[in-house]
Amino acid sequence: MNLISMFIVFTKCRYCKFFFVTLSLLFYWANANAQTAEEILKKIKTKLGKIKDYEAEGKMKTNVAFIKAPVATVKVFYKEPDKILILNETGISFIPKGSVNININNIFVNMQAFDIIDAGKDNTGLRIIKLLPKDDTADIVLSTLYVDEKNLVVKKSKITTKENGTYELEMNYSKFLEYGLPDKVIFSFNTKDYKLPKGITLDYDDGSEKNPDKLKNKRGTVEINYKNYIINKGIDDKIFRR
Amino acid sequence: MWKLLKIELFKIFKRPRTYIAFGAIAAIVFLFQIALWFDGKTYIELILGNIDASFDFSDQFKTHLLNGYFVCFAVLNILLIQMPLLVALIAGDVIAGEANMGTLRLSLSKPVGRTQYLLGKFFASTIYTVLLLLFLAILALFGSMLLFGINDLVVFRSTSIHQMSQDDIFWRYLAAFGYAAVALTTVASLAFLLSVFADNSIGPIIATMSIVIVFTILSEMNIPLYDRTIKPYLFTTHMVAWKGFFYVRSNEEGATIKGSIENLPAILKSLSVLLIYIFLFVGSAIWIFRRKDILS
Repeated sequence: MNLISMFIVFTKCRYCKFFFVTLSLLFYWANANAQTAEEILKKIKTKLGKIKDYEAEGKMKTNVAFIKAPVATVKVFYKEPDKILILNETGISFIPKGSVNININNIFVNMQAFDIIDAGKDNTGLRIIKLLPKDDTADIVLSTLYVDEKNLVVKKSKITTKENGTYELEMNYSKFLEYGLPDKVIFSFNTKDYKLPKGITLDYDDGSEKNPDKLKNKRGTVEINYKNYIINKGIDDKIFRR
Repeated sequence: MWKLLKIELFKIFKRPRTYIAFGAIAAIVFLFQIALWFDGKTYIELILGNIDASFDFSDQFKTHLLNGYFVCFAVLNILLIQMPLLVALIAGDVIAGEANMGTLRLSLSKPVGRTQYLLGKFFASTIYTVLLLLFLAILALFGSMLLFGINDLVVFRSTSIHQMSQDDIFWRYLAAFGYAAVALTTVASLAFLLSVFADNSIGPIIATMSIVIVFTILSEMNIPLYDRTIKPYLFTTHMVAWKGFFYVRSNEEGATIKGSIENLPAILKSLSVLLIYIFLFVGSAIWIFRRKDILS
């Protein structure tokens, strides 16, 4: 039976016609809903673009192998396009380099500077999108975003840099999901070795100093749990000059 | 005993040399505070230089870091090494000075036992030491708090950084000054013991200074052979245990536990070692003095 005779049989069969139409509709619907990586990023950018500035208050935990620091109350200031500041107004907080990346908006400032690669989905259903900078001299080598397509938020990102290793960012959304702002951010980063000569510190050897080798080349994390956001109320540029 | 103590204190504070130590402390603390007031950021940058590749340090961070508690810690770090020398200046003189002036035999002709006489002198030296520390505390702690304000304290150890919140620091200073009083009393008791042997105060003062300097160098050397054999037995190793009050414990997430001390048993052990030394030095001084022919 050649193809023409198969087609004649198919068009004469009522059930076959119904099956064909249903299949076509399903195929069209699936294609209509599948978003490209570019489209997803554009939608997220539009969502985040509604936020011109914010001031957020939160609790910051610093977990670095060689630092023992209390949980601090910090304020995070953001102003578009890419100004961000983490501030401990009353105390002292060790702010890691690259913490500017805790604000995911920064990635979307200049989307044209990246080649966008769709890397499918991970096992939790998050869409993996890789951003490769077009400029060879850029410090960021690769950014990988894990996107929740339904809520249009970035839940995780990995940013690999030339100078400072890899930064990772994990964000949990709840109260401020509609604005695309996280309730909790965990920022992890590479730490360089810390050592001061004992002749300077004149330490008391109480036997509690850990083996220095155990503290080497560890990753540190900074966790910020946001209590509230004040959005689009205007922030003076002077704040960012501290 | 109280009358003896009053007489000895009168003798100590009548001598102009007593005030040299107070003057020296005031000068050092004041110069250090002025230096940090004008160029503290350079000092801070020097310390932070080791980790500035991993962290961003704003001007505000540096200003907050350079607070009264931090300045006081830096002053104590330097001054508590020099202070034994100032303590030796008086404690080394209490008996040898009398022998030198020829008043020792005369003093002992009074109806006072030799043990009582010596204890009176030792307690007077201890009170002088405590007053010296009190003076240091007023200048270094309260003076710095007034000049630089207060904030969290960050202590930079050789391989770790300990940060305490500002409401968890003052009691640590009280404990540290209390401990330092015991540590300096150990030096005073050593100078006191050496003073028993001499008829001239220069000898015990120089000898005490030399012992403290040599022992301090040995304590700070990181040579495994010394770490195991000599260092645990040197009183200078335990004199720096006041810093232990500024070493804090942290929870699993790396956050400082408020009110905690990293290794309190180690501090108590060091305190016990110092108390044993004081007992040995003063006991030996009394034992020797009671058997000594007083010829001057």
